[in-house]
Amino acid sequence: MAKAGLNRMDMPKQAVSDRIQNFSEVATGYTPADAHTEAARCLQCKKRYCVEGCPVNIDIPEFILALRDGNMPEAARVLKKTNSLPGVCGRVCPQETQCEQACILNKKEAPIAIGRLERFVADWERGHSAEVNLPKSLKPKSGKKAAVVGAGPAGLTAAAELARLGHDVTLFESLHTAGGVLMYGIPEFRLPKDIVQGEIEYVKSLGVTLELNSVAGRLFSLEDLFKQGFQAVFLATGAGLPLFLNVQGENLSGVYSANEFLTRVNLMKAHNFPSSDTPVKKGRKVAVIGGGNVAMDAARCALRLGAEEVSIVYRRSELELPARKEEVDNAREEGIKFHFLTSPVRFLANEQGQVRAMECQKMALGEPDASGRRRPIPVGGSEFEMDIDLAVIALGTRPNPLVMQSAPDLQVNSNGTVLADINGQTSHRAVWAGGDIVTGSDTVISAMGAAKRSAVVIDEYLRSL
Amino acid sequence: MYTIVERQDLLPRVHLLKIQAPKVAAAAAAGQFVILRIDAEGERFPLTIADWDAQAGTVTVIYMEIGASTRKLAKLGEGDAILDFAGPLGKPTEIENFGTVVCVSGGFAMATIAPIARAMKEAGNRVISVVGARSKDLFFWHDRLTKYSDEMIVCTDDGSAGIKGVVTEPLRDLLASSTKVDRVIVIGPSVMMKFCSKTTQPFGVKTIVSLNPIMIDGTGMCGCCRVSLDGQTRFACVDGPEFDGHKVDWDGLLVRQKSYVAEEAVAAERCRCKEEGCGNHG
Repeated sequence: MAKAGLNRMDMPKQAVSDRIQNFSEVATGYTPADAHTEAARCLQCKKRYCVEGCPVNIDIPEFILALRDGNMPEAARVLKKTNSLPGVCGRVCPQETQCEQACILNKKEAPIAIGRLERFVADWERGHSAEVNLPKSLKPKSGKKAAVVGAGPAGLTAAAELARLGHDVTLFESLHTAGGVLMYGIPEFRLPKDIVQGEIEYVKSLGVTLELNSVAGRLFSLEDLFKQGFQAVFLATGAGLPLFLNVQGENLSGVYSANEFLTRVNLMKAHNFPSSDTPVKKGRKVAVIGGGNVAMDAARCALRLGAEEVSIVYRRSELELPARKEEVDNAREEGIKFHFLTSPVRFLANEQGQVRAMECQKMALGEPDASGRRRPIPVGGSEFEMDIDLAVIALGTRPNPLVMQSAPDLQVNSNGTVLADINGQTSHRAVWAGGDIVTGSDTVISAMGAAKRSAVVIDEYLRSL
Repeated sequence: MYTIVERQDLLPRVHLLKIQAPKVAAAAAAGQFVILRIDAEGERFPLTIADWDAQAGTVTVIYMEIGASTRKLAKLGEGDAILDFAGPLGKPTEIENFGTVVCVSGGFAMATIAPIARAMKEAGNRVISVVGARSKDLFFWHDRLTKYSDEMIVCTDDGSAGIKGVVTEPLRDLLASSTKVDRVIVIGPSVMMKFCSKTTQPFGVKTIVSLNPIMIDGTGMCGCCRVSLDGQTRFACVDGPEFDGHKVDWDGLLVRQKSYVAEEAVAAERCRCKEEGCGNHG
């Protein structure tokens, strides 16, 4: 575990009393002096454990060295060489289990705050792209056409890589804006949308054609793409199908999936209703069911919308919480309540059919299950009612089945994910897949890592044609 | 941007828009819908595809001004553009030669059932259309539906045309008559679809309804449009919008459709202020 705070530069944050009343970014970012001090702690190890810990293998010591030496354009170039979305990754990657965990300093003091430095460089670059002057292409034009389906983290990364490798890339997105979960899922206060859009503009600047409002599996099938002249396809349609508890009353008015609740707020700007046309229920007493980052995001959104009391209801104990510690700490600081070892049994309605309460039962931890975590077991006779007027179910997602429905020859696993090898090769010789459509539910950076691996083999394939 | 190439005002508050969207037009099939977003502040909302022309590259939608967004849409005319237009969404209607198909529609859904009646007719079915409205002034596309139908039954609440009464009455008479009905398709307000389903259930005739719950993305991502079918949760956007009307939890659907009544009132008031210039709103 990282020894937080120990001689590493703290991240400046908005005061709790302020931030719970706005959707602006909680962590405000290092000052140049903070960044310089933190960069100077880096030992510039010969054996680069941090790079191995990064799913996209950013040359971490090099960018930190450039930053320390005040050569910001070079720091930005090093980052962008391997990562098209550093402003995103610097904010939402779980560095504590990746590069920073691998940092040699972690053994005796706090590891280098690699994520915060990445963010600092990416934010600097936004206003200085001319000085950075990135090369647009690594290889000459190949004359080959690739289609990337889904403009989330995996799709954006694959599109950027393939374009840099000289291919003609079209990126298809079903929504009205690119970004996927970065736009609809992760809230503004953790990942400002103009940062995401800035990085998407960079991907487009590499020559990627973005086709919005293009729902794969409905507007076109995989076969249609090949008919249109695309020679390789990368599928990155994500895990866009929310899971529910399958308990009584779950379809009552006032019970949301986390995807819906967050989409209303993040993508559709429902917190600005009626200036924005999309409404969202502003609960008074809100329960969020689940313990991942998405649950924390939903709870903190509900609080900012004006709820009096927001509770996280999680069926295991605090030890098993899958959310990043930083997000749990932020949530707790903001006043989110935690009900561990608690699971909903059913939702109860008022006369209008709106949710008014949630019946829960207490759980106890038994033997470890398939995930290695101790299995929660209901405690008999422990039922109790929790008064709520809004519930958000954040239990994760399954892969969106639309594309697969249109491609019956594509092999799919029993859990709905696409069958693919380590490089994303599917059962179709010219189709690769990566991100949550393959893994089920994983991080932004692991989706990006998968996309990078696929881009390498797609490049080889296209050049072999 | 998606340009409006034609606008027709069919009835007071009911309008037809023909929108330039060549890719959608090329892929569309009967029973599918689109999701629109009018402008940068707009919400995403679904409209059923009433017709399409793959050659001209146009998609036709017919809508009624009900809430703030449809009122906003009604301000747009030929040459204006809609910011986002995604489709075709949902599964197409199951079309085959069933034998005799009864197509029941009410209100402005008489437009959206037309492509289904056409496809059923083309598949060799005998098509009987039952169309209901409050009064005879509220009929449109009558000629079109007549063209696709072997038989037309019209009813009005006030008796100004056809049978005086609601569509369930002629529907029940048909099912009780010597005519063998193989399938019933109902499109209209949820309450109408609910009662038509209740009417056909004792006769054991498969009844397909086209549900219109609140949606956002239309691709299965948000789960907002979920409906309960025989106790199983289904998403109208990807599993539907058409379902077996005998299995739908109608009361649950009706409650969910009213989730934003209070917010809709706020939006409508804001819309009215903007139109009439109360001076208090930007």
